[in-house]
Amino acid sequence: MTSSVTLERHKYDVLIIGAGGAGLRAAVEAREAGLSVAIICKSLFGKAHTVMAEGGAAASMGNVNDNDSWMVHFRDTMRGGKFLNHYRMAELHAKEAPDRIWELEMWGALFDRTKEGKISQRNFGGHEYPRLAHVGDRTGLEIIRTMQQKIVQLQQKDGREFGDMEAKIKVFAECTITEILKENGKISGAYGYWRETGAEVLFEAPAVVIATGGVGKTFKITSNSWEGTGDGHALALKAGANLVDMEFLQFHPTGMVWPPSVRGILVTESVRGEGGILTNSEGERFMFKYIPDVFKDKYADNEAEADRWYEDQDNNRRPPELLPRDEVARAINSEVKAGRGTEHGGVFLDVSKRIPAEVIKKRLPSMWHQFYELAGVDITKEAMEVGPTCHYVMGGVEVDPDSAAAIGVPGLFAAGEVAGGMHGSNRLGGNSLTDLLVFGRRAGAGAAEYVKNNGANPVSDAAIKSAADRIEAPFSRAGGENSYSLHAELQEVTHNLVGIIRTRVELEKAIEMIADIRARSKNVAVSGGRKFNPGFHLAFDLDNMLLVAESTAKSALLREESRGGHTRDDFPGMNPKWRQLNQIASFDGDKVNIKSQALPAIRKELFDLFDIHELEKYMTPEEIAKGGSN
Amino acid sequence: MARKLNLRIWRGDSTDGGLKDVQVDVNEGEVVLDVIHRVQATQMGDLAVRWNCKAGKCGSCSMEINGKPRLACMTQVASFDENETITITPLRAFPIIKDLVADVSFNYKKAMEIPAYEPPKNLAPGEARMEQIDVERSQEFRKCIECFLCQNTCHVIRDHEENKKSFAGPRFFIRIAELDMHPLDILKNRKRTAQEEHGLGMCNITKCCTEVCPEHIRITDNAIIPMKERVVDIKYDPARMFAGLLKREKRN
Amino acid sequence: MSGVFSPTRANIKERTLRTDKWWLEPAITFGVLFSFVIYATFRAFEGANYYKDHLISPFYSPCLSEACVPEATIFGWTPVSAQIFNFALSPALIILIFPLGFRMTCYYYRKAYYRAFWLSPPACAVAEPHTKYTGETRAPLILQNAHRWFFYAGLVFNVFLTYDAIISFKSVEGEWGHMSVGTVVLLVSSTLLWFYSLSCHTCRHTIGGRLKHFSAHPVRYKLWTWVSALNHKHQQFAWYSLAGVAFADIYVRQVATGAWTNFYFF
Repeated sequence: MTSSVTLERHKYDVLIIGAGGAGLRAAVEAREAGLSVAIICKSLFGKAHTVMAEGGAAASMGNVNDNDSWMVHFRDTMRGGKFLNHYRMAELHAKEAPDRIWELEMWGALFDRTKEGKISQRNFGGHEYPRLAHVGDRTGLEIIRTMQQKIVQLQQKDGREFGDMEAKIKVFAECTITEILKENGKISGAYGYWRETGAEVLFEAPAVVIATGGVGKTFKITSNSWEGTGDGHALALKAGANLVDMEFLQFHPTGMVWPPSVRGILVTESVRGEGGILTNSEGERFMFKYIPDVFKDKYADNEAEADRWYEDQDNNRRPPELLPRDEVARAINSEVKAGRGTEHGGVFLDVSKRIPAEVIKKRLPSMWHQFYELAGVDITKEAMEVGPTCHYVMGGVEVDPDSAAAIGVPGLFAAGEVAGGMHGSNRLGGNSLTDLLVFGRRAGAGAAEYVKNNGANPVSDAAIKSAADRIEAPFSRAGGENSYSLHAELQEVTHNLVGIIRTRVELEKAIEMIADIRARSKNVAVSGGRKFNPGFHLAFDLDNMLLVAESTAKSALLREESRGGHTRDDFPGMNPKWRQLNQIASFDGDKVNIKSQALPAIRKELFDLFDIHELEKYMTPEEIAKGGSN
Repeated sequence: MARKLNLRIWRGDSTDGGLKDVQVDVNEGEVVLDVIHRVQATQMGDLAVRWNCKAGKCGSCSMEINGKPRLACMTQVASFDENETITITPLRAFPIIKDLVADVSFNYKKAMEIPAYEPPKNLAPGEARMEQIDVERSQEFRKCIECFLCQNTCHVIRDHEENKKSFAGPRFFIRIAELDMHPLDILKNRKRTAQEEHGLGMCNITKCCTEVCPEHIRITDNAIIPMKERVVDIKYDPARMFAGLLKREKRN
Repeated sequence: MSGVFSPTRANIKERTLRTDKWWLEPAITFGVLFSFVIYATFRAFEGANYYKDHLISPFYSPCLSEACVPEATIFGWTPVSAQIFNFALSPALIILIFPLGFRMTCYYYRKAYYRAFWLSPPACAVAEPHTKYTGETRAPLILQNAHRWFFYAGLVFNVFLTYDAIISFKSVEGEWGHMSVGTVVLLVSSTLLWFYSLSCHTCRHTIGGRLKHFSAHPVRYKLWTWVSALNHKHQQFAWYSLAGVAFADIYVRQVATGAWTNFYFF
């Protein structure tokens, strides 16, 4: 129990929750606008999930191919998102990405270079030109470190001016926010606890930027770290903001499901391209059963022909293992559900029996090395156990594109993976890192502007008391539920019923089961004390994940089509009518409600960037006839 | 497939603590972090441990395993004998918080003391031109995932608490080297401050930092020794001494 | 108590929990280096058995003292008196400071003997016994920064020892164009010394490492990449060249005392 007399209190102009790429970029912007900034992160400073991004940061600098421009990048992004993107976000992103990359260079980032000494750019799926600025395969690390060091630079400057490096910008590491506080309908601050001591802490600030990243830990198999528990999504929902299009999650069909040391890690498509085959627990090469009619003339229906393809691609049809991602995922999903999966809920992917070990090591060096080093799995000798893995959430807080302000909550801003709209129904590789930078900066600027126009908004004792009571609750319950097992149960439900392939029946069942787990989570009790107690920490994360799972399941139930990161087995194919609608989730204090809302119509000059025949695939004839919004 | 594994895990906090024996299931291909998670989920719900990515990329799960500073996510259980008891303790160079979690704030304080990158005046964004061969040396140091295993193993501070105030440690020597070798950085006095303020001279190059680096950064050979040599350039170089250049260099 | 037993650290009573043979490497280093020092000291003071039939021991080359056997000197050049303050000085004692200094200040040997002799630390993550530590910040260890001076001196020595190896292509009678086992021994020893010197960290720094922009100095960059490749193996060269020099001296001594006969190939 913390009385309001001894409660640790901090006052800042802007509070930033999350210290990944977006949060740090927002912090820099807000500080440079002259405001005082607190950065809060659940982990140590610099450990955010951004470090995991390997490929690069997409920006149309045109260093490798000067035909590239923001218009081409914009087109690629809209196509990738199947035109469900908020056009304005895609536009801002494409236009501002190059400046954000160059700016990093001014802060000390060292990207790989072209021969002319410019920033090198590489090709990536869905991008028409080589566009990804990169540093080997650790681009995310470079970006986060650069911004970390930029913040140190700002602190050193403050140190010279105010005699205290932390006078105007301070990092609060290993601190969890449990509630965003409002007074009179506007943001007033946030409440949370130090992970180290369990002591409670109040931050008073008229503006809060949420930059908490993704939701992967809601699922059993994920490439996300423990932090990806949808905190920001849930905090925003509870503060009265909306989540947009939470049904869109990026899954990869072949992630490792076993052993646990590599669970969730992606197995690239090239493993199948090099001759890897998928088999079920009965040893059957099952993909032949799952070739859709439209692909019959392109894919081999027997093993002999499929095997010949690797040698002679002109006279044979491709092996069915190389079907599009969603088809492969659907097939794996069906096999596992029919009881022919491995004991860990995947199928086997094997290259070892078909290709000599030296060839595998030569053609798939990083794959071989990664699994060997992390798990002792030698893919040249044994089969991998794979299944769909959750990678990225496209959905998120509904924001105003220009200021990153959360719709409906004055003073609240959101940027990065936690914000929705930018990527539509599917994100292109490389767009995430620049998304963080572009909208992180805009959120920082938006918050600064808001603070200048709205003064401090003091937190009331009543708000503090209710937030404090919530933190105390798990300790005062006896017996009760264990947060670890409830989390495992939730992951089982989402993995099986809200995963990569969905149906009405399963989603309805999932919604019921999630509600049940939520009811039981009210009885979670925690053993041990407050000091760095992971069981206690998980109790709050669990609450957030339950809200996220509910939003996803309910949005997915409503969207009766398949598009990008949302596949309905009972509604295959895209439906132009659904393209005009976003699913908006809101929270009434008890449950999540979903409503459909019209997507903002694309501006005429952006509409005109596309070939009309391409648009016909996505839009209704009426929309085409209108030709954009103005 | 599962077998039993004997662990000794240090539990406690700054007031007291000790090694506790635990027996836990282990499966083929698991790393030490997996086993710790199983202990946490089944036997010690409040066992404190830091971790994030579980893929060797974030540097959070630093601890000491059988006395060696390592990342728990990169240490395979299979690398030990089957009936060997594995001893797991927190980092021993830093103050303890609880169980396997140590207070590494020392490193963040040191990070704030290293003068930031200083780009050339009048260089507009987008105009920078750097050759790949000129950025490669610094890029090696930027691979650092800040697991602080080098800081933890360095005897200068591990064995001598009192040196912490005057010694930045290997992680920050590579930061200084990175900036001194950065083709565009214009701050001139990095060599001198490395020696006089950040404790470069305290290092007796026993290379433990290099030995424990999970990113295989050649900390000693590529950063610390080159920095020591650069310090010799401005402070102890014979040719310069004879030429009487030393005084003039002091301005830098 | 400071260090890992400080009150703020996790309470663990062991100096280390390492279960591997961490003491083996420092023990071997200690054994080998100590033996070498004993042998080298004995040889340095011996003042005899360092020259025989155009073979000169590296411990005594260049032989600059009036006490040197005339054949061992460089064209009879003996600038140093045989006695200093009435103390008979072995010719080795005049010059050994240079190769000794080079090795003492070498970045690799520093690691080796700080660990093996000073136990500072004995091995990684093994608590050291000292209560105070100031590293190389003050006298005498600040003199380690003189490595570069010794590096330059070492290069001069390498020239002399290479010259000695060339001289050994003479027959006993002084005729050129002959070759003995002794020739091979001196050649190998002097070649290893070149590798040891060229792979040295100071060499790597001087040749190119000190540059900020490699792209502006393509030749030095190329040289730097070569030296860097050698530098990877500096530790090995340090040991090989030490063994090479020691064996060359043993060989010459054995030949000089008549214990071994220097076999001539042609």
